[in-house]
Amino acid sequence: MKLLWFHLMPYTDLPEDFAERYGSVWVDIDPKLFDARRGHQLYNEFIDELELAAELGFDGICVNEHHQNGYGLMPSPNLIASALCRSTRDAAIVVMGNSIALYNPPTRVAEEFAMLDCLSGGRLVAGFPVGTPMDTCYAYGQNPSLLRARYYEAHDLIVKAWQAREAFAWNGRFNKQRYVNPWPRPVQKPHPPIWIPGGGSVETWQWCARMDYVYAYLSYFGYQAGRAVMQGFWDEMERLGKDRNPYRAGFLQFVGVAESRAEAMDLYRESAEYFYGRCLCVDARFAMPPGYTTEATLRAKVTSQLAQAARRADEQKRAFSKPSFEEIVSKGYVIVGSPDEVAEQLREVATELNVGQLMLLLQYGNMGRDLTAYNTELFAKRVMPQLHELFGERWENRWWPKPLPAEDRVR
Amino acid sequence: MSQPAERIVRVNGEPCRVWEMGSGEPLGFVAGLGGLARWTPFLDQLAARRRVVVPSLPGFPGALGHDRLDDLADWVTATLDLLEGAGLRGADLAGASIGATLVAEAAAFSPGLARRLVLVSPLGLFDEREPVADVWAQRPEQLLALLSAHPERLIAELTPPAGEDLVEWQILQLRAFEAAARLLWPTGDLGLRKRLHRIAVPTLLVWGGADRVVPASYAKRFAEGIAGPTAIRAIEGAGHRADLDAPEALAEAILAFLG
Repeated sequence: MKLLWFHLMPYTDLPEDFAERYGSVWVDIDPKLFDARRGHQLYNEFIDELELAAELGFDGICVNEHHQNGYGLMPSPNLIASALCRSTRDAAIVVMGNSIALYNPPTRVAEEFAMLDCLSGGRLVAGFPVGTPMDTCYAYGQNPSLLRARYYEAHDLIVKAWQAREAFAWNGRFNKQRYVNPWPRPVQKPHPPIWIPGGGSVETWQWCARMDYVYAYLSYFGYQAGRAVMQGFWDEMERLGKDRNPYRAGFLQFVGVAESRAEAMDLYRESAEYFYGRCLCVDARFAMPPGYTTEATLRAKVTSQLAQAARRADEQKRAFSKPSFEEIVSKGYVIVGSPDEVAEQLREVATELNVGQLMLLLQYGNMGRDLTAYNTELFAKRVMPQLHELFGERWENRWWPKPLPAEDRVR
Repeated sequence: MSQPAERIVRVNGEPCRVWEMGSGEPLGFVAGLGGLARWTPFLDQLAARRRVVVPSLPGFPGALGHDRLDDLADWVTATLDLLEGAGLRGADLAGASIGATLVAEAAAFSPGLARRLVLVSPLGLFDEREPVADVWAQRPEQLLALLSAHPERLIAELTPPAGEDLVEWQILQLRAFEAAARLLWPTGDLGLRKRLHRIAVPTLLVWGGADRVVPASYAKRFAEGIAGPTAIRAIEGAGHRADLDAPEALAEAILAFLG
């Protein structure tokens, strides 16, 4: 299986009483809380951490896009990814991703991703999220009722732009361009692998199946809450006659490794409680812009059993409370333990959820660089070797980047 | 309460419900946010004196097709098709909230559409010094109190009738909210200010005295922009849903203006 190191780039200095004193970590977060001198340090430390993960042998390093968000300081993940293309050699550069409905014209994304693919010698994974309501509708003012139609059109335009053999005219519903002809083009042909970060919507599963893309469920609530969604995904794949290739699926899991479980409980308490108690404090009024969720998904959510579980997870998210570390661990949001214990649990998670592209959050909340390095190193040296062979030769990972041969890549 | 006659007008091929009750000169009424899932006491009041014709905009209860409308031109065209299909060209036209926005837009684009206009708490202008409330960023319990001075009446209006499919009833409400957002997200300002001067017919602007969505000062902004003669009436104690909060007073104000 593939093990990927994911950074959210959280601001680490939110005050202890953030949840009580400030309304929301997202959209209208108090700008006075941002200290740009701290920003200077954090961006540099965070890039160091991603580079360390690549050096220690993680298969991929992941960045993502958020706007006006106190736990996600990457409005443009492409900027970070370009630095990583230069400083790493073999790791996949997984941009998870660009919210393509936000860009006008969307060919900007075709161009920037092609740049990243050239710069990295073909190591890019192109993630195309619809984007959260907070990012797209509230921060970026996109119309929730038109967002999905714009998203699909942007996707079609980008994928065509990457492959077309000559300049073409695009007279779309939302985008009109007389001459589409991005320079550069991606190294990977026909284009970099496309992964779709999604929530639990049936349409997204069906679309991933039809397009043969990876579906990645990026939840902060761990494997217990994710089980229902991934079960729904695989049921839908079966219904559509698709195989159970685990590399069709990505999943995100928080992890804290130490020499023992007791030590892990001690080491990771503060940063986990910081993340779940401050970073997830999002005002519920930004959760449900009308039209963001399709009618089909709304119907499924009130009728199917799977979706009832997903809805409970939604409600959990909306009804904000500050969980204790014990609760965080017992609900499976964060997996903690010795290297062997963590490996054992992750093997179970990956097997049960049938996930071949496992993304790990080993920095979260206000975790500092030393503890992040410790967590990353223990994972790389003593957990990763126990997991890499899972799924063995049985399945082909058709969704992994195909870089230029090592000897052709700039060193 | 009596029941209206019901017929269907096709807009872009999609069905849109038109209710009608009463006799005499026609008076069109286009409902606001959420639309009309049932006939209301306010409409009864109007129907006592006029032939009230109530078309449903695409996506609002009783009508489909909002998902075909991408921009203002699409919405104005659909509104014109709907009003004309309902036989309302040249009639007195009233609208509330987003209904008033579209009636005003259609009247600005199409001279002769309305004989006289009544705009009840119209959306469509935005002044950042005194912003319109963000109806799309509210917790459910806050939203009720934002829209109505009598939230219990709004709750009653939103309660499904006996035997109604609960899921489909909820989707009806959500769809109406989506349809409004589709036109007006995020601020409601589509440039109507630049077109108000094309409204040359007598226009009544009515505001709930307790409207928490559109500040009462917006009545003056509309009145200043409209070329025709204008009058402003405040309905004491009514919120944004003046038709729900003060049905008799609102109907009385409208009928008095129309004479």
